[in-house]
Amino acid sequence: MAEYKRPTSEAEFKKNFKQKKPLMNSTEAFYESSRCLFCYDAPCVQACPTSIDIPLFIKQIHTDNLTGSSKTIFDSNWLGNACGVVCPTGVLCEGACVYNHQDVPPIQIGRLQNYATNYSIDNNKKLFKPGLDNGKKIAIVGSGPAGISAACELRTLGYEVDIYEAKEKPSGLTVYGIAPYKITNEEVLKEIDYLKNQLGFNIIYNTPIDTTEEINQLESKYDAIFLGVGLGKTATLRLKGEDKLGVIGAVEFIEDLRNKRHKLSMPKNVVVIGGGNTAMDAASECARMGARKTVLAYRRSRESMGAYDFEYDLAISAGVDSLFNAIPVEIIGNVKVEGVKFAKTEVIDGKLVTITNNEFIVKCDMVIKATGQAKQGMFYDLISGLDLDSKTRIVVDKDTFQTTNPKYFAGGDAINGGAEVVNAAYDGKMAARGINQWLNKE
Amino acid sequence: MVDLSVNFAGIKAPNPFWLASAPPTNSGYQIMKAFEAGWGGAVWKTLGVPVVNVSSRYGSVNYRNTRMMGFNNIELITDRPLADNLREIEEVKKYFPDHAVIASLMVQSKAEWHQIIKDVENAGADGIELNFGCPHGMCERGMGSAVGQEPAVLKTIVEWVMEAANIPVITKLTPNVSEIIDPGLAAYQGGSDAVSLINTIKSIVGIDLDTFAPYPVVDGKGTNGGYCGPAVKPIAMNMIKDLAQHPEISKIPISGIGGVETWRDVVEFILLGATSVQVCTAVMHYGFGIVREMEAGLRQFMEERNYHTIYDFAGKALPNVTEWKHLNLKHKVIAEINEDKCIGCELCYIACDDGAHQAISLSGEPGNRIPSIIEANCVGCNLCSLVCPVENCITMVKTDDGTEHLTWNERTLNDDVPVTFDDDRAGGKHHFVPKPTDALKYK
Repeated sequence: MAEYKRPTSEAEFKKNFKQKKPLMNSTEAFYESSRCLFCYDAPCVQACPTSIDIPLFIKQIHTDNLTGSSKTIFDSNWLGNACGVVCPTGVLCEGACVYNHQDVPPIQIGRLQNYATNYSIDNNKKLFKPGLDNGKKIAIVGSGPAGISAACELRTLGYEVDIYEAKEKPSGLTVYGIAPYKITNEEVLKEIDYLKNQLGFNIIYNTPIDTTEEINQLESKYDAIFLGVGLGKTATLRLKGEDKLGVIGAVEFIEDLRNKRHKLSMPKNVVVIGGGNTAMDAASECARMGARKTVLAYRRSRESMGAYDFEYDLAISAGVDSLFNAIPVEIIGNVKVEGVKFAKTEVIDGKLVTITNNEFIVKCDMVIKATGQAKQGMFYDLISGLDLDSKTRIVVDKDTFQTTNPKYFAGGDAINGGAEVVNAAYDGKMAARGINQWLNKE
Repeated sequence: MVDLSVNFAGIKAPNPFWLASAPPTNSGYQIMKAFEAGWGGAVWKTLGVPVVNVSSRYGSVNYRNTRMMGFNNIELITDRPLADNLREIEEVKKYFPDHAVIASLMVQSKAEWHQIIKDVENAGADGIELNFGCPHGMCERGMGSAVGQEPAVLKTIVEWVMEAANIPVITKLTPNVSEIIDPGLAAYQGGSDAVSLINTIKSIVGIDLDTFAPYPVVDGKGTNGGYCGPAVKPIAMNMIKDLAQHPEISKIPISGIGGVETWRDVVEFILLGATSVQVCTAVMHYGFGIVREMEAGLRQFMEERNYHTIYDFAGKALPNVTEWKHLNLKHKVIAEINEDKCIGCELCYIACDDGAHQAISLSGEPGNRIPSIIEANCVGCNLCSLVCPVENCITMVKTDDGTEHLTWNERTLNDDVPVTFDDDRAGGKHHFVPKPTDALKYK
């Protein structure tokens, strides 16, 4: 029972994908900012992966120093605007707000943050300048949040920065992979332009780095290289019938949706496989695109889902049905997918056990696999001496973000296996400092 | 049965809630509307030779999300012809014979005073209030606070008024003096039937950061205004107390003015000796309807305590307002944090550590943000309980057994007070103070 009508125009699409955290107006920002207690050693700051001085920027909003407020934010987090919108604030800063302890709604930190950063971006307030040219050049592979953040920080330190981007737009998953009700492409790109205009890093689009020659060129041309390559395509499930028409990875589906918007063709019945935040996004998106029935299937229980509760609740409120303790065993159909055969599961002695004699079929016209992205393993093989861990994540020093090949630094999903934009933004900034430290040691 | 009616120096009113002489009492229309809404009296906007006003007249001090915590104005007395006002006074009295209509007056010569008193009496006013308070504009012309600041002049004018007046006379005092007793006593000695206070305080409420002009801005310039609103209430209460405790001035009733907005304010003013209150800013902010909350609250307060009239508790706080030297040095309170209520903002910790006596410590354990009181260091200053954002989370608990009583005054009489710079009897002699370099331990 879908609650959303199929969007047939841009206006209807926007209505169905209404922004979850709309921009505050000045009156709302005034009253909301007045509520901040200015806690000592504030828990919200501790909960922020980039340690933004939240009480300070909120006080600055309240005293109508929006330029100063956004400076406070960007000082700690180059993607302060994107993070204000897409961060899971309910489990980070807002989740830590002390008001929660007395059942008072926490301060809407994310929306206040956007109120300040939007002001500076829209008014093109020049907050930062590139550092004095130090004659050194850094290459960055990937213009996702880690890469952009590293680029900004490196520019302030006086490095020349070239970012190599395989796609035609910057921002990685922020543009291609985040649910449209969380942030618009326009908003993401606006922030990148704003930073680029002030700091002057170069982004070379449509230029994937995928050969040894290209790696060699980078190594000879640049003093250090930062890898912000993120993750690859959706990993295969090694499931019978996975190659049928209508079986798609969640990342690919979301990218398609963000590009085609209301023009994306949406089948009537969808099964989304997975229990992470991306699965919740994909399911919610199907419902908002007017799918008649969207079933979210997860092999374990609701409690053991990796997704945040609020993401699950959002999907359910969009009209998604859920199916727990069910593991797909086969995708059925002729050329096109016609359904998914599931088996029930049980946890026995802590182990997930499939009950084989009780299989059932959920009919559908589309299957979205939200079961994790593959790592960029092939690419890593091109770089000598680059150690990976057992989960194909690049191994880095936790303070400097230097890899086992000293010329390379890395951050973002490539080192954590898939986390938030804010984590990538932090990694990029710290890696830039690591690069600076390393190049000045020699 | 609660009876809110008052007889204030002979002026009768159904309740003690009066409108102060100000913009809300500029016309008969407003005053009739106010009486309908529940106000018991109104002091008409000051009558005299009509003025010419400027455009842009009010300024405000907002605090956090609260508008008009403080308020100022540079508006002068009435700009309407006297005849119009007199006609409207007569009309209001016709509709509301039992409500108090008091004419605020401000003129210069003795002849003018005598004339205008006769005029308002003929119009049916129940009383007169002498405006010796306005600290802006009119004072430049030798009226308003210029009179209130010169007790001798004030007394002379009160005497002129008393020669002519047949209805009760209230003298309204300015707080822009170093000692409120001086004009208060002059009013009493001049024969005034009552006093009212405070008028507004000289103020600049803000500066425009672009034009560098003070608010309210009149074509790029500004002037000091008269400050009022909730921000001035503590100053008003202290001055009311000064007069109410004075052996002579206390013989005449006091109408309390200054930041009154809620029933609590009203009760506090009455406890300090006022027997009517006058309100302006709250009405300018919320309209006449604000009186509903005052009346309901006052009635509830009186019913719960079995007070029949406000005179049953008027002035009851006065015996408890004393001089510092008579306070009990043996009384001890220390702070107590209710751990169930604490939300871990740690404002008490930082307020105490930076702003007071370093008597609160943090747990040091990750995840435990509930501070604890270092009882040995706590001087019982209240600061933590004042900054705590949670209702009733930090309380000040009495720790002495109440058997000992010793005041500074008594210690002085016993020659038992510190007299040299390094006297062993210094209060802080054995009190904990961290080493200066402890401040740098986190660096």
